[in-house]
Amino acid sequence: MVTLGDYLIVSGILFAIGFAGVMLRRNLIIILMSLELMLNAANLSLVAFSRFHVQSSGLPDYNIQVFVFFIITVAAAEVAVGLAIIVALYRARQTTDVNDIKSLRF
Amino acid sequence: MVSHYNPPSAIRHPQSIMPPFLFWVFALLMLIFGVAVVINRNPVASALSLVVSFLGLAALFMSLDAYFIGIIQVLVYAGAVMVLFLFIIMLLDLRAEERRRVNWLTLSGGIAVALALLIQIFYVIGHLRSAGQTFPSLARSRFDDVRSVGLLLFENYNLPFQIIGVLVLVATIGVVLLSKREPR
Repeated sequence: MVTLGDYLIVSGILFAIGFAGVMLRRNLIIILMSLELMLNAANLSLVAFSRFHVQSSGLPDYNIQVFVFFIITVAAAEVAVGLAIIVALYRARQTTDVNDIKSLRF
Repeated sequence: MVSHYNPPSAIRHPQSIMPPFLFWVFALLMLIFGVAVVINRNPVASALSLVVSFLGLAALFMSLDAYFIGIIQVLVYAGAVMVLFLFIIMLLDLRAEERRRVNWLTLSGGIAVALALLIQIFYVIGHLRSAGQTFPSLARSRFDDVRSVGLLLFENYNLPFQIIGVLVLVATIGVVLLSKREPR
């Protein structure tokens, strides 16, 4: 049988993969994708807790699923803004490599 | 929540709709393609790996009886967000990164920090009392989770819902402002 711990471990490994991507990669777009991986790892553990915490009505805890819904919405908005910033940066500097972006002023 | 369904009593609600074998298949699929996102040099390949990873994650959501969240995951991430990523990659015309000299110090340092984080997560989960328990069975084998989530969203969480709407509006205006060319 699959336990709660299995879901949490899978979610933890996914979070660590995203974290390693943020630490290791130099491309801003890949860093943004790794951030998405980390957000989704958090979502997975939240949904696992939702299913684990069965209400007295015998249904999963839907409060957590509403929270996950909000997280997905905010993440979508964050991706849009982040990609717009990357495009603006690319217009100014012609690069998406974080190593080439060192100074605070243009 | 009132259910309009009368589940046939012959169908006993399973522990989870998915057998453990499928859970491991989808978890491995998600993790392998998650690694592929990080190690691919070509951004387009990374984005496509991310799609597969998110599809595996949506399957895991459905294995937890969260069908609404799973569908939203496919629609929003595998649909909208990934189209946005691919569109930007092609707009910027990014090529695969040229193979640069690997700085072994930074590489091993990054992997070490990620491994340390992983070990901490395992330690915490290992000390969680309920980590070894299986999921309790549900009272009904069929239920309408869209209705339940929607009722909660519009009754208990109405104000946060409105605020999320404003946030999306602000993000839209911000994106348009950011991507507008400055007059010179």
